[in-house]
Amino acid sequence: MSTRLANQGRLIDRSKQVTFTFNGTSMQGYEGDTLASALLANDQMMVGRSFKYHRPRGIVASGAEEPNALVGLGEGSRFEPNQRTTTTELFNGLKAISQNHWPSLEFDIGVVNNSLARFLPSGFYYKTFIHPKPFWKHVYEPFIRQSAGLGKAPDKDSRDADTYEHFYAFVDVLVIGGGVAGLQVARVAAKSGAKVMLIEQTAHWGGRAPVDGGTIDGEPVDKFVEQTVSELEAMDNVTLRLRCMGAGVYDHGYVLGYERISDHKPGAQGPRHRLWRIRAKQVVTATGAIERPLSFAGNDVPGVMLASAMRDYVVNWGVTPGERVIVATNNDDAYRTAITLKKAGVDVLRILDARASAGPLADEARALGIRVDPGKAVAKVKGGKRVKKVAICNQDGVGGAREEVECDAVAMSGGWSPVVHMWSHCGGKLIWDEDNAHFRPDPERPPLGANGEGFVVAAGSANGPLSLGDVLSDAQAAGEAAAKGAGFKPKSAKAPLGEATEEAPMQPVWLMPANADIQLRMKSWLDFQNDVKVSDVQLAAREGYESVEHTKRYTTLGMATDQGKLSNINGLAILADALEAEIPKVGTTTFRPPYTPISMGAIGGEARGEVFQPIRRTPMYDWHDRNGADWEPVGQWRRPFTYVRPGETVHDAVNREVKNTREKLGLLDASTLGKLIVKGPDAGKFLDMLYTNMMSTLKPGKCRYGLMCSENGFLIDDGVVARIDEDTFLCHTTTGGAERIHAHMEEWLQTEWWDWKVYVANVTEQYAQIAVVGPNARKVLEKLGGMDVGKEALPFMEWRDGQIGGFDCRAYRISFSGELSYEIAVPASQGMAFWNALLEAGKEFGVMPYGTECLHILRAEKGFIMIGDETDGTVIPQDLGLHWAISKKKVDFLGKRAQERAHMTDPDRWKLVGLETVDGSVIPDGAYAVGEGVNANGQRNMIGRVTSTYYSATLGQGIAMGLIKHGPDRMGEVVEFPGTDGKSYKAKIVDPVFYDKDGEKQNV
Amino acid sequence: MSKPISALNHASYDGIARIEECGLQGMITLRGDLSDKVVIKAATAATGQKMPGQREANVEGETGLCWMSPDELLVLVPYAEVEAKLAEINKALDGTHSLAVNVSDARAVFRVSGPYAREVMGKVSPVDLSKEAFQPGQIRRSRLAQVAGAFWMDGADTFRVVCFRSAADYAFKLLKVAAQPGSEVGVY
Amino acid sequence: MLILNCPYCGVDAEESELSAGGEAHIKRHGPGSSEDEFHDYLFTRENPKGVHFERWRHSNGCGKWFHAARCTNTLEVFGTYPAQTTEPPKQIRDAITAKRPGWSWREFS
Repeated sequence: MSTRLANQGRLIDRSKQVTFTFNGTSMQGYEGDTLASALLANDQMMVGRSFKYHRPRGIVASGAEEPNALVGLGEGSRFEPNQRTTTTELFNGLKAISQNHWPSLEFDIGVVNNSLARFLPSGFYYKTFIHPKPFWKHVYEPFIRQSAGLGKAPDKDSRDADTYEHFYAFVDVLVIGGGVAGLQVARVAAKSGAKVMLIEQTAHWGGRAPVDGGTIDGEPVDKFVEQTVSELEAMDNVTLRLRCMGAGVYDHGYVLGYERISDHKPGAQGPRHRLWRIRAKQVVTATGAIERPLSFAGNDVPGVMLASAMRDYVVNWGVTPGERVIVATNNDDAYRTAITLKKAGVDVLRILDARASAGPLADEARALGIRVDPGKAVAKVKGGKRVKKVAICNQDGVGGAREEVECDAVAMSGGWSPVVHMWSHCGGKLIWDEDNAHFRPDPERPPLGANGEGFVVAAGSANGPLSLGDVLSDAQAAGEAAAKGAGFKPKSAKAPLGEATEEAPMQPVWLMPANADIQLRMKSWLDFQNDVKVSDVQLAAREGYESVEHTKRYTTLGMATDQGKLSNINGLAILADALEAEIPKVGTTTFRPPYTPISMGAIGGEARGEVFQPIRRTPMYDWHDRNGADWEPVGQWRRPFTYVRPGETVHDAVNREVKNTREKLGLLDASTLGKLIVKGPDAGKFLDMLYTNMMSTLKPGKCRYGLMCSENGFLIDDGVVARIDEDTFLCHTTTGGAERIHAHMEEWLQTEWWDWKVYVANVTEQYAQIAVVGPNARKVLEKLGGMDVGKEALPFMEWRDGQIGGFDCRAYRISFSGELSYEIAVPASQGMAFWNALLEAGKEFGVMPYGTECLHILRAEKGFIMIGDETDGTVIPQDLGLHWAISKKKVDFLGKRAQERAHMTDPDRWKLVGLETVDGSVIPDGAYAVGEGVNANGQRNMIGRVTSTYYSATLGQGIAMGLIKHGPDRMGEVVEFPGTDGKSYKAKIVDPVFYDKDGEKQNV
Repeated sequence: MSKPISALNHASYDGIARIEECGLQGMITLRGDLSDKVVIKAATAATGQKMPGQREANVEGETGLCWMSPDELLVLVPYAEVEAKLAEINKALDGTHSLAVNVSDARAVFRVSGPYAREVMGKVSPVDLSKEAFQPGQIRRSRLAQVAGAFWMDGADTFRVVCFRSAADYAFKLLKVAAQPGSEVGVY
Repeated sequence: MLILNCPYCGVDAEESELSAGGEAHIKRHGPGSSEDEFHDYLFTRENPKGVHFERWRHSNGCGKWFHAARCTNTLEVFGTYPAQTTEPPKQIRDAITAKRPGWSWREFS
């Protein structure tokens, strides 16, 4: 059984007991424990089940590479699935539940998949869920959805209770990884004067070197760590960050750091996670190395663990995963685990070394009384929910002639792979190291930065070296290289001298025993989380999968949440063997960020709840909100769709507003419409290029409606232009167009006509603009008093500056409703007061604010187009019958040449018409008109579509506009619009102006 | 005219930094050739401040000149004086190709102050705000998370932040989150 | 995420302050141009693996358009320069030649 030892545990504080629960059972641990070490201390060998076969799973590693021990953490609004126990710091009150089983961890129905394993080979889903076709929707899809996903999603009603943030940091040298290599790199770089940031994913500096032993400059490793950290802490140019993982390295020195601020103290004030958005001139990846498992049958049984992890549990947390342990290895490093265990009082029954001979560590082990068996291998681990026996055979064989030994834990080591993720994210290339059988960074081919030079340096065991001495001298060189790369001159100094027992060469072992039969291979796991076995990869190779990327997707090898940290190299070695190719020829799959999963909260940062996205507000926003506004998003603006009164439906409210505006007096908050000042001697010439019609001939004091097209000829905006003086125009844009058209103008001025004398300024938000609309519009303005707004003093399509009701304003006599209408612009800071003044003065005239839906209906009744309804980026003004607004005199304007292209002048283009439903109903939004015949797919031929469709309270029936093939030539014809509701709508083609065709109402 | 009201009417918040909406600030966008003596004279005469160079802000209280781009200045004057100053500038620029326009009501202005002000700003703008990189006298146009903004420093630990009036509510809430208690980063 | 130096305000701006504007140095063809000329003006673009000239705008910044010469393969930036030009300036072309001898892009080399 796994248990807490009486001594050891450099990271735990035995005086501080911590209580937590696992699947509801209360357990004890110590401060400094990880959830994994605490579970092991409580003999919780089995902590979950695998994804596909629901096999019992135990803790296999001690850090970020853990594939198995994933749990659901917390509850309610702080529940999070798939959290690695090995990187979860223990705290009082922690609640963890195991996953991927039903009804319980011990007794699980899904384990039936395990017995069916031989019928569920790689590609099973692809091969099975194809026929019969109708099964897909009702049988296969529900089945797959049911079994998809690891862990349980948080309850849909619980909102994450925590906050998150981003932080932008700028450094010369960023060092990822706070082991002895990272510390030394940081020291060297910092001493050169560079601004250095050092981040470490765990809560402790020093990495695994203090566990592995040896000395640095004659002192224990812990002492070196302590001294270096305090030296770095004292330097102003150094930022140190624990619990901060390097998540990804991106172009031009951009790195994401994932800081877990309060995961170990939930509910603490402040953000839970911080995503560091770091720009570094040089990035050093001192990310260490990860031990590889050995592929033998039963290597997934709880109690089989990486040798280094077992050593970590003993040294760091005073926990032994077993009392009688067998060590299986192909290298000397695992002997350290055997020695550590033995010295801690644990029985080490055997060291099975696949090699013929080992180095001095073997002598030390033997001297401690440990039996070392060279050339031996694990044939099979026996046991279900925990290890019971190991069958031993010769490595050089098929797995026969076994000897069985009872034990309760197995430590395995297949060698070490440098963590090359951060090196590789941005294009760093790898080379195959024959001696250590691993990929390591190729220093000749680093990721390239903005200046074309490498900006990532790998250091320590992340760069290949595995012995303490080599690690430190490599770190020294990396620190100097990074300082130089960042433009600093490193001080010359000798690397600290690291000394540790010498090791004999490792020997690659990709399968144990080397010629294991199919029965064994079917139980030899490569990917523990996704249940991919040696036999699966071999099957993929037989079925023709040659590319490692394809094999990965076919077998799901390395596609689990651990992204194959343990399985990748073993898997591709098996694939290479099956393909009879060399490992470097097969290559690795792509390393993609993040290194381990990071929270969605951290990615979103502050952007949630009220600041999820900017909501733009006009000066009258609060009034609208208090008075029943049914908000409509228009870009980032919120505009009242309508103002709903108690007892009304939205539809009632809209109809009320339409009738009141037509009959009495309506007010519209039009502040969102864009207002751009265009000024200069060439302003008229410039606007003539931007608008399809002539603007340079407009007289000061007058307004003109204009259309804007892109160079493709398509309509992009419209609005009323007012000429302020000889040099100055004010261009109104649509609500969504202000920033876009401002940018459009700047683009042409800066990049094409840079010698034209024109300046543009966006003054949209300087003004609150209110449309005063309806037969009583003039009356209310006259009552407020001030400037003359009479028919002669301010005729239709003119503007004047003056005062109304004591407010400085600019009054435009323009109409988007067909009614007598003024748009009054006042300073934004006066907007609310002016709105109130209009409401007060307008009482006797039946004043009523109206929203955007009423605005739309009023304009549709008049046949006025709306950018975004009648246009969709493929519509030219000619389609909309707007020939009158396209100058024939102008030699050039944006879009003119495009509108001469053959496709644009095609008489078959769909053209704008009005549509009047035969029975008075309303055509559904987006409906298409169908004509005679069917197309190649057997669908009825389309001859047009609806662009705007409303119920007109004024006319008491449904009206619409639409683009119809040959529409203007088909007046009076009835066309059919099938709805998605199964009904078909019939509408007569009519003139798009439904109301007041002669424009008498607006011109009074 | 009635009493002018700024976007958030002096709302404030105290976290690891103090966030205040400053109320109305007179602002004039001045576009022209910034090397033209007439333009320089018009701007400096209206404010009594020196002409700013690239990315400089010469600001004292409610009066100042901020460099916005090679052909744009932001002229700060007390709100009550903006129309008079605008007329003065326009008069001085008569005959010179330029554009001066009142944008006071189109903006909202915040003050972010306190020992952690740099860190609060460093959470919302992709800008190096270390003391070596950013100091009083400089202006930076960038983004405040998802909206455009500009800021300069009035003193060692005080920022003035400008954004569009319509985004004031967003910017204020954004800065509140960035200044929430317990969110000190500990780098600046 | 790229960093480009804005030649107008001098800021080393990260991509989130910038907007991409497609290929640089495209000559406008308007009324009077042939179908082919106009078609090429609107639709024909280079798609090089290597040296490329692009338009960018410092949109969350000083608002100015500028040009960038960079390598689409390695993301190396050879230089940025103001947009008020119809061809890459000599010092930019020289900077590219120093790094990519024999380069060519459209009619430039």
